[in-house]
Amino acid sequence: MGRPVAIIGSGQSNHGKRFDVTYPELVKEAVDAVFENTGISPEDIDGVVFGTMPSMMEGVALTHLYFADVLRAEGKPILKTETCGSTGISLAITGYYWVASGMADLVLVVGSEKMNEGDPQATMTTVLEPFYQRSFIAGAPGVFSMQSQAWSARFGIPEEKIRDAATRLSIDHHNDAFDNPHAHIKKRLTEDEVNNARIITYPVRLWDVCPASDGACAVLFASEEMAKKLGINAAWVKGIGYSGEEYWFGDSDKVEWQCAIDAAKQAYDMAGIKNPRKELDVAEVYNPFTFQELLYYECFGFCDFGEACDLTLKGVFSREGELPCDPSGGVLCTNPIGATGLNRVAEAALQVTGQADSRQIPGAKQALAHAMGGVVQFNGVMILGSEQ
Amino acid sequence: MAEKQDFYILEDEVSIPYQNAYGPTWTRFFEGFKKEKIYGSRCLKCNRVLVPARSYCPRCFIEVEDVIEVSQEGAIVSWCLTEYEYFGMPTKPPFISALIRLDGTDAEFVHLVGGIDLSDPEYVRKTVKTGMKVKAVWKEEKTGHILDIKYFAPVK
Amino acid sequence: MSKDFNTFNNVVRLPHKYAAGATFTKFYNGLKKGIIYGSSCSSCEKVFIPARSFCPGCLTNLDEVVEIAQEGEVISWAFSDKEFFGMPGKPPVIIALIKLDGTDCNFLHLLGGMETKDLDAVKSVVKTGIRVKAVWNDEKNGHMLDIKYFKPVS
Repeated sequence: MGRPVAIIGSGQSNHGKRFDVTYPELVKEAVDAVFENTGISPEDIDGVVFGTMPSMMEGVALTHLYFADVLRAEGKPILKTETCGSTGISLAITGYYWVASGMADLVLVVGSEKMNEGDPQATMTTVLEPFYQRSFIAGAPGVFSMQSQAWSARFGIPEEKIRDAATRLSIDHHNDAFDNPHAHIKKRLTEDEVNNARIITYPVRLWDVCPASDGACAVLFASEEMAKKLGINAAWVKGIGYSGEEYWFGDSDKVEWQCAIDAAKQAYDMAGIKNPRKELDVAEVYNPFTFQELLYYECFGFCDFGEACDLTLKGVFSREGELPCDPSGGVLCTNPIGATGLNRVAEAALQVTGQADSRQIPGAKQALAHAMGGVVQFNGVMILGSEQ
Repeated sequence: MAEKQDFYILEDEVSIPYQNAYGPTWTRFFEGFKKEKIYGSRCLKCNRVLVPARSYCPRCFIEVEDVIEVSQEGAIVSWCLTEYEYFGMPTKPPFISALIRLDGTDAEFVHLVGGIDLSDPEYVRKTVKTGMKVKAVWKEEKTGHILDIKYFAPVK
Repeated sequence: MSKDFNTFNNVVRLPHKYAAGATFTKFYNGLKKGIIYGSSCSSCEKVFIPARSFCPGCLTNLDEVVEIAQEGEVISWAFSDKEFFGMPGKPPVIIALIKLDGTDCNFLHLLGGMETKDLDAVKSVVKTGIRVKAVWNDEKNGHMLDIKYFKPVS
């Protein structure tokens, strides 16, 4: 199983439309913040892990070379991890492996994206091969819209009910974002505004969709010995899970979605979690689309299939509910893709160490962080706890 | 916005040409399109019929040598109406993408649904349903491209 | 069928807008006026070019820019005779690392202002250690190629 691994701190850049800084300067904000927040010196780092979504998002390939200076990677080993949207969680898992293996005691893990410099959907279209699927899959929203429509048909969930639950999530998360100093979109929305927003890919409307954000996130992973020596209030990695499925969109079931179910199960088994809704105190679910967030609740066993809309409308997953989900506002409000999954880990770590300020879930001891990548092809989950 | 006045932005376009190999199976698949045929592959281990045709089963990892013709009719498993546009979008909105289970196959085929008025989302919502039967409509001129099938149209 | 396997011709086009940030904005503004700006790190006592927002050695933030000499020495060079995507002009071009006077790193730019097409002629003039000087375009738009090239100083 490897050695125990702790997260001893994180740093996030200001997320948003950041034409005021170059890409390395943006990454530097997050890296500087993690060192400032922990008081650790860059010289003490044993290795660096970095990743983005597709490299060409910003027109510069292999950006870890471009960022070697700001990543403080000079004279150190550097690893690149890239798994599309799930890059952030894969980065965290890579950092975990490196420390758990005993090969490093302190690893700097950084993810970033500067999406406004290019056309994100045009870049994402190049994730699809050019022979067949590229003509049909309309960027990310098309994929998620179809996933949602199939879910609605499978469980006979009325379209109006899904709309109501999605609207509830959109209003809540855009409100939650006001409590997150790093969030990109903060907005007080009404039901009418969400329900009647312009269609992106039916049934997905504007306020069901995450923004394109510029941002970076840095997290420090440490061995037990290092964490104790430093005496830092640490979050402990209790479980990890990652699972993928075959490439073609039409080949596997995206409703009872095996890679999401399996990723969560692996992480729960490792953490000893039997009833996630009861045993988790907070979840940072990867929610670029409101509709998809509902499906995750079901795949992660927060409720049974077909139940998520009803429970959401009852407030089970809201800030004061039984299992608060995305009190940071989540991906829906802030999505610098390569950093997004790592933001989930950073937020979960803040929660279980009681450092989440005005978005803190009182007494949170166990948290889930998650990200998804590819054409709904990969899912990764990490469970963090306040105790080793 | 203030930052746009204060700081420069360098505009650039990356344009890179590629020549992608179809390989033997997809060469046959797209040659089939020229003859208005849709080819799939049957995995001899799991017995699934996969479309489009492929050289190996992605679950059993055994080679699938022969292509078989599959039905041009099927049912919509899921769909969405795309109303937004991005740079270089391969198909121009509005259009309906759909997952279609062609009769006798075991995987969803991704293509367009058309032959109906797409200008009014409300009309589309009332007209297109999961489970609905659709049939391939071919273009007059075929070049061995995925869009030789113009779209799948509802079967009356 | 003339061949067994087909290929698919495909061009990926992606537009980008790169943020220059505060420091590169100053650098480009300098180029418009025929000035080359660098940055001086007070902590390392090194002068970097082009101007940067942070020292690559010690990561100290560098807010001020300093004007740099337009003359220097060729540290290394290459005769590039194969056209590639984004190449600054038709080949052959001579790219060079130039150490401008008073700086502590090498500046990457072009050599010109002499015979550049014939390799033997180029070799008779271009050597490491030769002195070169910036030659500017008449029209300057705040672009790295506002400096047309560096020309050998005789």
